[in-house]
Amino acid sequence: MTGLDRKENFIRAVLLLTAFSAVSVLAVITVFIFAEGTPIMFRRGVGGFLFGLNWYPGEGRFGLLPMIVGSLEVTLGALLIGVPFALACAVVLTEFSSPRLRNILKPVIELLAGIPSVVYGFIGVVVLVPFIRETFGGPGFSVLAASIVLGIMILPTVISISIDALQALPPSYREGALAMGATRWQTVRMVLLPSARSGIVASIILGMGRAVGETMAVIMIAGNAAAVPRTPLDPVRTLTSNIALEMSYASGEHREALFATGVILFVIIMVLNTLANASSSRRARGKRG
Amino acid sequence: MSLIETEGLSLFYGNFQALKTISLNIESCRITALIGPSGCGKSTFLRCLNRMNDLIDGVRITGRVAIGGRDIYRRETDLLDLRRRVGMVFQRPNPFPLSVEDNVLFGLKVHGQTDRKILEEKLQRSLEAVHLWDELKDRLKTNALELTGEQQQRLCIARLAALEPEILLMDEPCSALDPIATEKIEALMFELRKRFTIVIVTHNMQQAARVSEETGYFLLGELIEFGETSRIFSAPRDQRTEDYITGRYG
Repeated sequence: MTGLDRKENFIRAVLLLTAFSAVSVLAVITVFIFAEGTPIMFRRGVGGFLFGLNWYPGEGRFGLLPMIVGSLEVTLGALLIGVPFALACAVVLTEFSSPRLRNILKPVIELLAGIPSVVYGFIGVVVLVPFIRETFGGPGFSVLAASIVLGIMILPTVISISIDALQALPPSYREGALAMGATRWQTVRMVLLPSARSGIVASIILGMGRAVGETMAVIMIAGNAAAVPRTPLDPVRTLTSNIALEMSYASGEHREALFATGVILFVIIMVLNTLANASSSRRARGKRG
Repeated sequence: MSLIETEGLSLFYGNFQALKTISLNIESCRITALIGPSGCGKSTFLRCLNRMNDLIDGVRITGRVAIGGRDIYRRETDLLDLRRRVGMVFQRPNPFPLSVEDNVLFGLKVHGQTDRKILEEKLQRSLEAVHLWDELKDRLKTNALELTGEQQQRLCIARLAALEPEILLMDEPCSALDPIATEKIEALMFELRKRFTIVIVTHNMQQAARVSEETGYFLLGELIEFGETSRIFSAPRDQRTEDYITGRYG
């Protein structure tokens, strides 16, 4: 074996090790959460966890339904508020603005993603919560407040991936439509958006993942009451908040129940990611065809 | 009066002059071929006729282009209606990644046609015009990208036919197709000539000789010679045309 071969092999081994360490961290986290969280679920019945309405860890009652509903409501609200703005923004930046404007605005939008979530939460507490309390009544800490802040937080994800999806379309679609006398808006609505649909769906699902997983901002503005909210003005507690709020002092079964919360969150996020991947790989196939 | 008349048409991309005072008349219901080496302004000229060059930044046009006797570069020209009357077929088939039906009906919907019965009738008649109806009548909901290249190009012609344009501009419509598909598209052009005026850009001289009645030869942005196809190919008047068609150049 020559010196060069030995060097090559050494480098390869190092690279392989590095590559696997990233994957193994994920594997360890997965195993850890499931090992800690699933035993209590099976001991006390999965149904009780998923559909129980009462979360009183001191009395050994671990119903997670309020948090599951809370997470879903807040996420849905975030999508309802954020997605229309995000899509409008992506369409304007790709189809209706000069390259100069686009080159200024796109980095600014991506900068939004870099703002720490506690800052969003802070603005929510100082501005949004009092505003909701005074305008609509209720405590202000609410599903509505959390949805609005999360809706803003998912903008960068949805906008930048939708822009990528729209820009990836061949210019010939645009040309073909305009050459038939379509207006720019008709071209966007009837050709470009349907053509980029799978990429746009993927962007929405990734935004959804971000909204489900967000913790700090939500804790600060959602009110965190462990009850199913009746109106958008009621306080709400999400799965992530549940873990973050109680982990520091939980022990025994309570601690296990929080890991079970993590398991449910994990499953929800895995499902969303799989959907996003399936949707974007369909896009890749469509292009080849 | 000819259907298409250009007079001293010049086009600049920034400082580069891509078309140099082109004057030519194209008669209706004939096939006119524009030949010449790549990058000599044939496609640019074609795109002046439906004002697709407007979409490119930094393009400046001087001279006059009239269709049906009216200057299309006047300020009050209805650009959307112009593009309905002057359809364009592109080099690569570019059906939208939508269903066959949506592709054909796109133009009609864009121009405000909502009557279901008319749409259905147009769908069938347009596909029949390009001989796709029998092949596709059971696959109207199929995504157009699943069709073969030739079917896609036919579909692109069908979606124009649905709008009943006066003029069809074809920018090397067969260069992405194999010889058999090319032959079929050419046969189709021959039929369509009865209904539309066709202007085709090609750098395939045999194609120009086969399908066209009149031919113009472009070189470096200039129209060197224009006339009846048989005459251009048998007795060119300009040395440069002769060099090109005998294969000594380009």
